[in-house]
Amino acid sequence: MKIKKILALVLSLAMVFSFAACTDTKVDEESSTNDAVSSEGTFAKEGTIKIGGIGPLTGDNAQYGVAVKLGAELAVAEINAAGGINGYKVEFKMEDDIGDAEKAVTAYNSLKDWDMQMLMGTVTSTPCAAVAAETEIDNMLLITPSGSAIDCINPDTAFRVCFADPAQGSVAADYIKSNNLATKVAVIYNSSDSYSTGIKDSFVAKAAANGLVVVAQEAFTNDSATDFSAQVTNVKAAGAELVFLPIYYTPASLILKQANDMGYNPVYLGSDGMDGILGMENIDTALVEGLMYLTPFMETATDDVTVNFVTKFKAAYPDQTQYMNQFCADAYDAIYAIKAAAEKANISADMSVSDIGDAMKVAMTEITLDGVTGSNITWDATGEPTKTPKVVKIVNGSVAEA
Amino acid sequence: MVFLSQLISGISLGGIYSLIALGYTMVYGIAKMLNFAHGDVIMIGAFVIYTSVVSAGLNPVLGVLIAMVFCTVLGVLIERLAYKPLRQATSLAVLITAIGVSYFLQNVALLIFGSDTKQFSSVVSLEPVSLAGGELVISGETIITIAVSVVIMVALYLFVNKTKPGKAMLAVSEDKGAAQLMGINVNGTIALTFAIGSALAAVAGALLCSSYPALSPYTGAMPGIKAFVAAVFGGIGSIPGAMIGGILLGIIENLSKAYISSQLSDAIVFAVLIFVLLIRPTGIMGKKINEKV
Amino acid sequence: MAIKTHSKLEKKNTNTVKPFKGKDLITYLIVVVFFTVFQVLASTGTLKNSLKALLVPICVQVILAVSLNLVVGFLGELSLGHAGFMCVGAFTGTFFSVLMEDVITVVWVRFACAFVIGAIAAAISGILIGIPVLRLKGDYLAIVTLAFGEIIKTIVNALYIGKDSNGFHMSLDSSKLGMGTDGQIILNGPQGISGTPKNSTFLIGFILVMLVLIIVNNLMDSRTGRAIMSIRDNRIAAESVGIDITKYKLMVFTISAAMAGIAGVLYSHNLSKLTATTANFGYTMSITILVYVVLGGMGNVRGSVIAATILYALPELLRGIGDLSSYRMLIYSILLILMMIFNNGTYFVSLREEIAYKFKNKKTKTAGEAA
Repeated sequence: MKIKKILALVLSLAMVFSFAACTDTKVDEESSTNDAVSSEGTFAKEGTIKIGGIGPLTGDNAQYGVAVKLGAELAVAEINAAGGINGYKVEFKMEDDIGDAEKAVTAYNSLKDWDMQMLMGTVTSTPCAAVAAETEIDNMLLITPSGSAIDCINPDTAFRVCFADPAQGSVAADYIKSNNLATKVAVIYNSSDSYSTGIKDSFVAKAAANGLVVVAQEAFTNDSATDFSAQVTNVKAAGAELVFLPIYYTPASLILKQANDMGYNPVYLGSDGMDGILGMENIDTALVEGLMYLTPFMETATDDVTVNFVTKFKAAYPDQTQYMNQFCADAYDAIYAIKAAAEKANISADMSVSDIGDAMKVAMTEITLDGVTGSNITWDATGEPTKTPKVVKIVNGSVAEA
Repeated sequence: MVFLSQLISGISLGGIYSLIALGYTMVYGIAKMLNFAHGDVIMIGAFVIYTSVVSAGLNPVLGVLIAMVFCTVLGVLIERLAYKPLRQATSLAVLITAIGVSYFLQNVALLIFGSDTKQFSSVVSLEPVSLAGGELVISGETIITIAVSVVIMVALYLFVNKTKPGKAMLAVSEDKGAAQLMGINVNGTIALTFAIGSALAAVAGALLCSSYPALSPYTGAMPGIKAFVAAVFGGIGSIPGAMIGGILLGIIENLSKAYISSQLSDAIVFAVLIFVLLIRPTGIMGKKINEKV
Repeated sequence: MAIKTHSKLEKKNTNTVKPFKGKDLITYLIVVVFFTVFQVLASTGTLKNSLKALLVPICVQVILAVSLNLVVGFLGELSLGHAGFMCVGAFTGTFFSVLMEDVITVVWVRFACAFVIGAIAAAISGILIGIPVLRLKGDYLAIVTLAFGEIIKTIVNALYIGKDSNGFHMSLDSSKLGMGTDGQIILNGPQGISGTPKNSTFLIGFILVMLVLIIVNNLMDSRTGRAIMSIRDNRIAAESVGIDITKYKLMVFTISAAMAGIAGVLYSHNLSKLTATTANFGYTMSITILVYVVLGGMGNVRGSVIAATILYALPELLRGIGDLSSYRMLIYSILLILMMIFNNGTYFVSLREEIAYKFKNKKTKTAGEAA
């Protein structure tokens, strides 16, 4: 009994302390946000524009959140070095949501206490939809780098940088048709993931319209994402020449290995979740050779924007190059989209959140962005970007345009 | 032919479940506790192999041996620090502690290795066997997994029934107090059980990650739970039971994935557990234990 | 050894027989004061947004902790599927709300119905799970509840339900739903339910917490409660004096499940999007609730309330200070182990008894001297 009381006392003391600590820590965080790339420019005007970010920095999905954080911080550092947005310094702060909707809403409120004016997030779809409903109440601008589900951008003030789920499925089906890759195709998808089911549904519909035969649709769930032998055996038995994988790279690497063990080597086409497979620790490059996937971002592209991004990223985070993937690139573009729209709308640091939201939702539809995830990207009023995914192929252990 | 292929995949998965279930069943049979952390010891074992083989460039076999030693020490430490003080406590307290240990191991691995999944390189270098003109391919991992499970099961069976420390284990599992009176070192015997169980976990980790080469801090959790289902299915405490239960569960899981619904396969596996416990609570090979008042 | 167990039993018995009305009042007072302070702060606008957003989730966690305490602390059985009941409540309640949003326009009537439906659905699943579970005990029961929790989550993630002018359509495959053009998919497989009306408020949360506390406290203070605790303390003795173990176990399971269902409805109506993941309705969540119960003290209602509040709020309040969230579960797991060893370890139990014995001796001595 006594121990419990002591414990309760210690915990409550810690709670009291945390109230007091709230104000002190703020200063350290702000200065620490850009420590990786700290080349501060001089600013024409007083005041700061505060952009918040939300994503999973810990937990199962941390790799996506960390990639977004690095990409956004790189962009913010570049912008600040070049004099900021409209002469104002830009501050960026990323909060953790562990990939959970409830935690994302608390993170959002915590960022509001920090006086966030615009939101770049959230990284994963379900938390994004929950936060979007909150931003609608506040009329706050939301740009999600990678929330691909339809309801992520329901409010007027919500935009996204990545492709919507249905877009990828139909692009993939068109690509197979136009390049005559196969006539009998199969899909292996993650039924417990909205991203994966969304792409699968549109792929299947479009494939049928294109005259392709979908011989097998095999599902797995997050809890059973290690053993794919049953699915691979069925796909093999159905005689699929091409397997479409609208999934992330971790389960995909297992499917490739298990199919190879069974002596089954079809053509593989993946969605943009496949980007990063070469960055996996200890990946067997022989296994992924020939794999094709859709991606908005290609590290080896030679256009100026990509070259600049890749060089700067490698210089700023030499130990974290495994995070240089499409999530990172989407976040980098998201910050530049905010910059372009804020300059168009002539946003100033003292404007209220709602005023910024009103001005930005118009400006976002008027800008054209040449980013690392595509050139001439424009947005319509629904918040969808117009950009076409590139199809890339892994050749000799590196990514090349297919 | 497709069915045969699915069946073989199921046996391969079942072989891994058996191996994990052997560790569960040993500890449950002797210490009468559900070592929830067993799945996570497997994960730690796999990480040790990963570190020594991929990062330090050692021979895979040496890597497995290092992992076995590491896991043995870890298993004995866990028993000594977390479970031994609770020898007289209720099963509720022990189970909660075991859950705590399980979470502890997962989070330590998370802090050290991060949450991103690592591609495990197979410790098996056996070529796959191709039958019926390439329609039926049995991977080297499958062959090794099944061979290793059978060898370990036989070895354990002989150890427990024929050797002195093994008989001491049987005595402790029968009646701790009486065993102590007969001069058996009860604490030593339980520690030995944990040592063997944990060494097996390292082997299971090596084979699990060779067949399904993705390694993350959560790798051990689900197979651990399913292996417990297998142990219950076969009759907890019974060594051949763990083997049979594991193989059957692997087959059930794979066939339901292939022919019923891959989404519901986990639900089906757990439904099997509930069904078995309702029809025959002691499992296939289990003995009925009368409760002492 | 025999003497030790005897003294332990005796201690527990004196605890349970003692009427703890005063203790209950303190619990209620704490909750009321907490509510009043934060409600006043929130309505005057002095409360930070981040704190305000924590209030409803705290109520959810408190209800979950108190309801799990009923099973773990009072009945003495370990349930690892508590989040599954919460999941049932959340999905049925939300399904109703989304369906009836245009039909029942009076918000409080609709919301009250959602709570009733969520609670009943969770209670039914509690009965369904309770019936097979009753035959089992200890570790088996724990693993079966875990299995049930996972089954519930898997099924919810695999199910598609839509409604069009022909009525409801239900399928395990989204393409086979066969909906008319005017159809609306309500439960969309892994994408869950979208567009839940945001009806949860701190006031409603507070009322529900009070309701749950009053029910649990009064239940445990009654003849039924004593019967339940006697099952925990000595099942065989309880059975021998004619206590119907099956009946009481089923009752506790059902009540606890219904309360978790209520917590689920409160949770889902605080977010616009509802999906079932491991973090919110899976095994991880069940363990988190268990941590609240264990650290707050098994069988101690007030402890559950305080532990749930502090353990939920603390990491949120400490946001940004280092990598706290990555250490959070590590710290919880260590606390869980230490708590168990201190409370149940042979060494510590005897140490505690020794101290208590000395203390008691001293007391009687001084009392004797005074006389």
